[in-house]
Amino acid sequence: MSRTNPDLPDVITLVVRLCEEHNEIAERERQIDLRDPNDARLYGRKGVLDSLGLVSLLAAIEQALEDEYGVQVTLADERAFSQARSPFRTVASLAEYIHGLCGDARA
Amino acid sequence: MPEGAPVTLITGSRKGIGRFLAEYFLEKGHGVYGCSRQPMNAPLAGYTHIEADVTDESQVRAVVSAVRKATGRIDNLINNAGIASMNHSMLTPFSTVNSVLQTNVVGTFLFCREAAKVMQMARYGRIVNFSSVAVPLRLEGEAAYAASKAAVGTLTEVLAREYGPLGITVNAVGPTPVETDLIRSVPKDKIDGIVAQQAVQRLGTFEDVANVVDFFVSPASGFVTGQTIYLGGVA
Repeated sequence: MSRTNPDLPDVITLVVRLCEEHNEIAERERQIDLRDPNDARLYGRKGVLDSLGLVSLLAAIEQALEDEYGVQVTLADERAFSQARSPFRTVASLAEYIHGLCGDARA
Repeated sequence: MPEGAPVTLITGSRKGIGRFLAEYFLEKGHGVYGCSRQPMNAPLAGYTHIEADVTDESQVRAVVSAVRKATGRIDNLINNAGIASMNHSMLTPFSTVNSVLQTNVVGTFLFCREAAKVMQMARYGRIVNFSSVAVPLRLEGEAAYAASKAAVGTLTEVLAREYGPLGITVNAVGPTPVETDLIRSVPKDKIDGIVAQQAVQRLGTFEDVANVVDFFVSPASGFVTGQTIYLGGVA
């Protein structure tokens, strides 16, 4: 597959879609509230995902990025854990982080 | 590959135990993928070989990705790739220690991590790592190798707990010396000394190793995880 750098709205759409897939199999208290997708809480304070839920979601996103855009990124890398504010807080923060990584991966 | 056949990925599959395991699981009807730094000399029917260095994160990702794209899943990962160093610690160069740790520990870690990402989608997976009797026997002259394999044992125990909720088991087999390239350069008296410490005093065979690996990857072994089985009665 030729690599195409996804723009931010594409990444948000992809993350929301995978959150919806997560909700289909998650217990009610672990389901992500997607009524306001950009502000949907994922992990950390007020987040609904436990560490296993986060791992599963990140793995699904990595595979979708590779399959749909030909971009290989590792979401849980040193950069993610060294940031003052975790990129895994919300759909919006995660999408922005992924968008930045995709740009770096392409560079 | 027959539809529904288990998909098995074996590292270090070009020769020795890895190649034997590839043949063994092909015979059992698995779809078998393997990797090593060099190409396969005599290709196996139904087997797919990928050239990759297990210490290179991007190459490990590429291998796992290739298998996932071809089959949609990975049922079994056998982390066989490994290198040995037999020398007194004071005669062991830094580069050797680094290579041993990179291949045996980092390579195993990377493949576990990347394969588990695929396995967790199906909530099923079997991972078998390679330890060694060098760990419980605390073999002199194998400090770097034994330490690396002890790390693999600990990695196996911790990952078993991390991956347990995802339906993935992680176990390890600890072979005795087996007649492979790995021990060809080791003096005979040294090998004899190791064998003498075993309850069953003979060299191991590829079949001995395959038997334990086969047990660990069995779908019926879902309640067995975090274990290391040493061959030859070594404990």
